[in-house]
Amino acid sequence: MNCQRMEAQWIAYLDGRATPRERREVQDHLAACAGCRQRLEEYRGVWDLLGELPAVDPSPWFDARMRQRLAAEPAPAGWRRLAAWLPQPRLALATMALVALGLWVATAPPRPSQTPAAVAVNEQEEFKMIKNMQVLENYDVLKDLDAPNELHGN
Amino acid sequence: MVRSDVQLMLGVKQGDEASFELLLQRYRTPLCHFLNRMLRDQALAEDLAQEVFLRVYRARREYVPSAKFTTWMFRIATNLALNSLRDTRQQRAELSLDAPAESEDGSQMPLDVPDGAPRVEERLVESERVAAIRRAIFALPEKQRAAVLLHKYQEMDYDQIARILGCSVSALKSLLFRAYEALRVELAPLVAPTGPGGTAEGGKP
Repeated sequence: MNCQRMEAQWIAYLDGRATPRERREVQDHLAACAGCRQRLEEYRGVWDLLGELPAVDPSPWFDARMRQRLAAEPAPAGWRRLAAWLPQPRLALATMALVALGLWVATAPPRPSQTPAAVAVNEQEEFKMIKNMQVLENYDVLKDLDAPNELHGN
Repeated sequence: MVRSDVQLMLGVKQGDEASFELLLQRYRTPLCHFLNRMLRDQALAEDLAQEVFLRVYRARREYVPSAKFTTWMFRIATNLALNSLRDTRQQRAELSLDAPAESEDGSQMPLDVPDGAPRVEERLVESERVAAIRRAIFALPEKQRAAVLLHKYQEMDYDQIARILGCSVSALKSLLFRAYEALRVELAPLVAPTGPGGTAEGGKP
């Protein structure tokens, strides 16, 4: 190894990340080169010197300011309220689905008023549909089916 | 058991604010250290560290644990710092154009923007030695400075630093070499008379 090739090795040699083979190569060169030995000492000195630079910790009001800024986030504020109210995301999804269903039912257009003929046709269609769906055991459906007959009788 | 960064971030994604609080506790100090050394302005460093956390928080729903969390976080921090330094430079350039007469009698401009100069209270407590280190680091080109700070003080490996800076590992090694070489030239006089460097090979002049 020559002095120029050493340039690619200095940093890994100093920070201890050089492979054993790279270390050996550097050490072999150092043994034969006084200039690089001198340079190594300077690098080491600078490396240690950099360690003397003190770190400035966050100020005591860092967290308070951070919370303030988080609270000012427009979208997350709503999300936070929802998250606090509903701890489970699945529950949140189910609730939203329920609300959507409720809205859809509430805003559905009312059925048009029916003439007796239309009622009879509808009655047949409904009966067919119900028969095909095999839900005759459903008491509520049967009760709904009787309603037009009663109206007709009146 | 200590939860990993990825586990905490997945918790944040699920809406768990306690996980976010833990990430905040874990990384606010290293982030502030890095940004403060990068910018030499504590108020700005804290402001940007908070901005990093806000961006992490805003991106929580799209979070996919593909990269190391610290790589992502320090990448945001580095980009914010580099942008801030660039903006400051532009601001100073604009101000100097607005007030050309100011520079007639000297190079110092009375600008109200961070210029890397230590504040009065910092000067009072800081030894000349520490001030020289700070100056030498701050004199490095910005990308070299970021590389040295992540390497020396955050003790990250080359691969991670390269990802943060968006360069190849070989480009990073070259960047680091140039940075440490500049620091060696700048700080060697400070090391020579009293430095603890003569630990291994000895024989210092």
